[in-house]
Amino acid sequence: MPTLTINGRSLSVDAANDTPLLWAIREQLQMTGTKFGCGAGLCGACTVHVNGEAVRSCQTMVGDVAGKKITTIEGLSAKGDHPLQKAWIAEQVPQCGYCQSGQIMQAASLLAKNPNPTKDEVVAHMDGNLCRCMTYSRIQKAIMRAASEMRTASATSSERRPT
Amino acid sequence: MNEHVKNVTPEKTDLSRRSFLVGTAATGLVLGYAGVPGIDSASAAAPAKFEPSVWYAISPDGLVTVTCGKADMGQHIASTMAQIVCEELGANWKDMRVALASNDPKFNDPVLGAQITGGSWSTMMNFDAMSRAGAAGRMALTEGAAAAMGVPASELVVRDSMIVHPKSKKQMSFADVVKSGKATKTFTPDELKAIKLKTPDQYTMIGVSVPQLDIPSKTNGTAKYGIDVMLPGMAYGAVVTPPVRFGATVKSVDDSAAKKVPGFIKAVTLDDKTGTTSGWVVAVASTYANARKAAQALKIAYDGGPNAKLSSQSLLDEAMRLQKLEDSGQFFVKDGDPNAAFGSAAKVVEAEYTTSINIHAPLEPMNATAEFKGDILHIYSGNQFATRSGAIAAGAAGIDPKFVVMHQMWLGGGFGRRLDADMMIPAVQAAKAIGKPVKVIYTRENDMTMDFSRPLTYQKVKAGVDGDGKLIALSHDVVSAWPTARWGIPDFLTPSVDKKGPLDSFTVNGADFFYTVPNHYVRAIKNELAHNATPSGQLRSVAPGWTFWAVESMIDEIAAATGKDPAQFRISLLDGAGKNDGGAQRLRNTLLAAMGLSGYGTRQLPKGEGMGVACVSSQERATASWTACVAHVAVAPSGAVTVKKLTVATDVGTQVHPDNIRAQVEGAALWGLSLAMYEKATLKDGGIEQTNFDSYTPLRMSQMPEVAVAVIANGEKATGVGEPAVTVVAPAIGNAIFNASGARVRALPITAEAVKASMKA
Repeated sequence: MPTLTINGRSLSVDAANDTPLLWAIREQLQMTGTKFGCGAGLCGACTVHVNGEAVRSCQTMVGDVAGKKITTIEGLSAKGDHPLQKAWIAEQVPQCGYCQSGQIMQAASLLAKNPNPTKDEVVAHMDGNLCRCMTYSRIQKAIMRAASEMRTASATSSERRPT
Repeated sequence: MNEHVKNVTPEKTDLSRRSFLVGTAATGLVLGYAGVPGIDSASAAAPAKFEPSVWYAISPDGLVTVTCGKADMGQHIASTMAQIVCEELGANWKDMRVALASNDPKFNDPVLGAQITGGSWSTMMNFDAMSRAGAAGRMALTEGAAAAMGVPASELVVRDSMIVHPKSKKQMSFADVVKSGKATKTFTPDELKAIKLKTPDQYTMIGVSVPQLDIPSKTNGTAKYGIDVMLPGMAYGAVVTPPVRFGATVKSVDDSAAKKVPGFIKAVTLDDKTGTTSGWVVAVASTYANARKAAQALKIAYDGGPNAKLSSQSLLDEAMRLQKLEDSGQFFVKDGDPNAAFGSAAKVVEAEYTTSINIHAPLEPMNATAEFKGDILHIYSGNQFATRSGAIAAGAAGIDPKFVVMHQMWLGGGFGRRLDADMMIPAVQAAKAIGKPVKVIYTRENDMTMDFSRPLTYQKVKAGVDGDGKLIALSHDVVSAWPTARWGIPDFLTPSVDKKGPLDSFTVNGADFFYTVPNHYVRAIKNELAHNATPSGQLRSVAPGWTFWAVESMIDEIAAATGKDPAQFRISLLDGAGKNDGGAQRLRNTLLAAMGLSGYGTRQLPKGEGMGVACVSSQERATASWTACVAHVAVAPSGAVTVKKLTVATDVGTQVHPDNIRAQVEGAALWGLSLAMYEKATLKDGGIEQTNFDSYTPLRMSQMPEVAVAVIANGEKATGVGEPAVTVVAPAIGNAIFNASGARVRALPITAEAVKASMKA
């Protein structure tokens, strides 16, 4: 039985190694925030982080991620208060909401590496994530808002650093 | 036994005959309309017998839970209903909660008499009833508080869930009053009708962009959609659908290889007496991954049936053949005599317009979970038409619809797709076959190839102008599959003007526009071949998505043929004469707003760029809202079109939630763009060729132009906002392409090849 390190916990799943990570997360672990959209890596609804990289969990097999650090929307923050999640609420982004876990996880991997993305960088990074409700402009605004807040927070914390 | 769905025909409900009841139940205060006599006799009796699950309830901790009978697919209708109740009730927004209704008829739409969500109808049809429900609750709470405080009710002020007596400084919270048990009141229909609702100047909630109640759960993974339902002991079903969209039958199923898949339970060939599916098999296993493996391992032989050779071209050929026949179809509009007028016209313009098959493709693939518990069949699925879908699930189970309980979930996109119930049939029959709950999830491939698609349409429009350039005649033939006729519900069909039997107005709505044209025919022609081969559905905005493509392109063509500015030509046609009085003026005003905001006609655009206008009145004339668009495009010599900006103005009457209206209008406009430029499905050998988001390609972030939205709120009744902007964009773009390049496109989606070919011509 493969063991997955997911959201900081070590969990064994009753799934063959060639099972898509998506279904192990959703069915075996009953964490349903990660969504099934296309099964082919074309829509981004199933995006999770593996060792900090955004990956499509429908295209990632359980056997390939054993021992790696997996993060789902449930584990992105302790209380749903990651700057992106707060920005998503502030900008009232979701309509049906189905794609938004994937959108947030995709965006989080961008801001982790690039705290000050341009609009073009946001578009390039997010273009693989479909939103059938077409909330794209609000997604962009929320990413920019979160980026700005994260920069402010890190500037503030560095100011406090003793010299 | 329960009192669930009685039949699939909507009951005629009349709120004026219903009593409104406020009573105390075990869980707190409950408020709702008494059922129509004979439908819900329990709740028509004394308040003490009230079930706790009516329209809204206030618990002893003061939380107000509004139960929404509408499907929430991202339009935030549950939150909107709560907002309307909250306004009159006087609750604090932080105390408001929402719940999703079951299919009990007591949650039926007060106007439609059924549980159906579509048509951008929800706010306009529920605003008054929800307002009165809120007001009745406030009055009951106030009287209860007056009795408890020993002060006159008329001296009390209600605000933010508190009832205050300013003179004595006494106050009670809603929670206090509920706990006191003193809020009990029955309103007769006349009393309810006599409640004086707030006037717009008194609103404190309507018109405020309060935080949507469902949004936090959609940022942390906790919102539960149909696909997220987990039942103890549940198995999973993966469907195998045939290569033909409809009409195939299963000849044999060889499950010998599937049996080797771990956890495989059974392959069930559907016996669908509802006629919703044909030739489907569902593979059931312990996990979805194993069900998929088993599905792939099944060897199924099919008889392709009567549609197995059909293609998009054969459906179009048939449409063109039907249109040419004198006696085809039925008349939806028959004003004057266009054929006679064409004879005396100074100029006649004719054109054919087409739209392709389009697929809903909500991001949550179709799914349903079925569980038999005693006599009751429980269905868990996000659905837009519980009244009909419950009956179809019952049909699949071979039981009476009253034994079906539908558990509504958040919808991961609807767009009309979830008006249908096909996903319930494999779940029901698999659950029945294995004696366990079964969740069926479509693959994206199932979802796309078995969509109840927007039908391929063919329209022929002929217009005549007199010597002064005045539009005197227009005849408009619309040939398509009939999505709503498929439901088999007579009340949803419309009598034809020429008394040739009912027609499907959901194929011609919009063609009965607000322009003044003295001689005007609209003929609805059913393409039986397409109807059978590509069972069609209602896709966001439905008929106006194609009728306005034809009408608004043709209006532009006439303006060009007579040397007029297309916007000014529209304004002259929107004169508000006769039956168009009121609507025409509002549409004209909306068009002027879009023109003004976009700077239409104020500057010389660079070579290769152009602006085009369109204005629409979706969906029915009786439920119209008024929307106009100015599209700004650039056309390259290759024919490639870049949409630089869409400016959309919409008259919504009253805005309940300004921010949500903007979100809906922008989403709708981008849907319109996506359908105009990027989405096309094709039929080959009876099957839909596109299977996933690589071949069926809705708009992505990088393709999004600037969208400017202007909302006109003039205090008229609230109209729908989720759909109209879908319909206005394609013709605005087509007209802008003409303005930019002289190329006239008449087929959706618009391709660079078509633009280039028209440029040369």
